[in-house]
Amino acid sequence: MDDTQGGAGHGKQYAIQLVVNGDLHSVFVKANTLLVNVLRNQLNLTGTKKGCELGDCGSCTVLLDGKPVNSCMVLAVEADGHEITTVEGIAQNDQLDALQQAFIDHAAIQCGFCTPGMIISARALLSHTPHPTEKEAREAIAGNLCRCTGYVHIVDAILAAAETEKKEV
Amino acid sequence: MYLPDFDYYAPETLKEACSLLARLNGGASVLAGGTDLLSHMKNELISPKALVSLRRIKGLDTIAYVAEKGLVIGARATHNDLAGSQVLRERYPALPETARVMANNQIRNRGTIGGNIVSAVPSADLPPILIALGASVVIEGPNGTRTVLLEQFFVGPRRSIIAADEVLAGIVIPDQATTGSAYCKFGLRRSGALAVVGVAASVVADGASVTQARIVLGAVAPTPLRARQAETLLAGNAVTESLLEEAGRSAANECRPISDIRGSEEYRRDMVRVFTKRALRKALNIPIQHTGEGT
Ligand SMILES: Cc1cc2nc3c(=O)[nH]c(=O)nc-3n(C[C@H](O)[C@H](O)[C@H](O)COP(=O)(O)OP(=O)(O)OC[C@H]3O[C@@H](n4cnc5c(N)ncnc54)[C@H](O)[C@@H]3O)c2cc1C
Repeated sequence: MDDTQGGAGHGKQYAIQLVVNGDLHSVFVKANTLLVNVLRNQLNLTGTKKGCELGDCGSCTVLLDGKPVNSCMVLAVEADGHEITTVEGIAQNDQLDALQQAFIDHAAIQCGFCTPGMIISARALLSHTPHPTEKEAREAIAGNLCRCTGYVHIVDAILAAAETEKKEV
Repeated sequence: MYLPDFDYYAPETLKEACSLLARLNGGASVLAGGTDLLSHMKNELISPKALVSLRRIKGLDTIAYVAEKGLVIGARATHNDLAGSQVLRERYPALPETARVMANNQIRNRGTIGGNIVSAVPSADLPPILIALGASVVIEGPNGTRTVLLEQFFVGPRRSIIAADEVLAGIVIPDQATTGSAYCKFGLRRSGALAVVGVAASVVADGASVTQARIVLGAVAPTPLRARQAETLLAGNAVTESLLEEAGRSAANECRPISDIRGSEEYRRDMVRVFTKRALRKALNIPIQHTGEGT
């Protein structure tokens, strides 16, 4: 029987399948298990951070079928059968993504807590808009709060990564 | 933050969803994008015994024009689905424009039009423009389907006419003579801010003269509110600056705002005046001039 059709019983475990950073994972979750907790506690992918847990701060941003979402606002059962990309899936083997390199080069990081979410939102932007304007870059990270940097270096880094990727193509 | 436990169901049809909801007898909530519901559950404002998810129900996120019926939007279409919809951009561009100024990208990828309507939050952005466009909601229940004007859907903050065993299936915007429409939102930040005031307008205009206008105010009454006196002022008249100002003042008079952390009653009324004029100008395609004097 297909488990996620649901059913009664608090504490019931549901078998779900997630493709995370290209790897298929079968995990058991409860109805109230949040996607962010599966990623962090069951798959040990702790790059995804928990901040406000109410969809405001964006530190838990992951790609769900290529689109940025707050993983603190998604039930794990709802993600069954879907593809997830976390910040751990952004680098290609040992090669940092252009965005990650640009964040380092532009000192777009202070405490680092918002960085995984920023990288994910920016990655989604560059995937569909390879040559963003500054406005588009700011809009793309509007759901990612940074309390250290004032965003200037982050926006610089995103625009620089777009330039780098332009050269690579 | 702890999310209390609940039973979870993901039926494959609307019919099944309704009979499940009926069986759970008021103890269940419908789960769409969860952006509103899950925050409320985390904050223990509600604690449903069960959630009935819409995620497996096919066709609930389509946006399409259906001849003889109008523009049909599935309840599970997300804000980004609206923002990116070609058919909406062609027929009612104010709708994707509204979706684009909502929340942030992450929430726009999850939050749905159905959830935005059924949550019945007075500051919700989609109801004013949908009401201005004369939209109806299609509600599926255990005993069949009913269609209700969205204008008659809301009862008060977080209260609507939808019953515990009903599911909002979709929204229909009928064919109309409207020549332009717009939603102007005033929030305290450029992104991720709820409306302090939101004004939607749709007009049937012939050159500089308005045949018919609809003005719908959001966030300034327990439910979205038609500014009917302002509409009457406009109907059949040539548009002038003073007529727009008169309409703005009338709307400011008609609304019933509260004072809260986002703005006082007095401030909200004045913003209704300003944003009514802006929404009308935009719907009438008159350039907005920022002269600094509450225009
Ligand atoms: C950070 C943040 C920013 C936000 N910004 C905005 C904003 O700018 N403007 C705005 O208007 N809103 C905003 N919201 C509120 C919310 O995201 C939207 O109202 C959204 O559209 C809710 O849709 P959902 O699918 O997530 O609803 P859910 O949370 O799934 O459901 C909301 C309510 O509606 C019911 N429901 C949902 N779908 C149906 C259906 N088809 N039939 C019957 N009942 C149903 C649920 O049972 C629940 O009671 C914001 C929320 C967050 C967290």
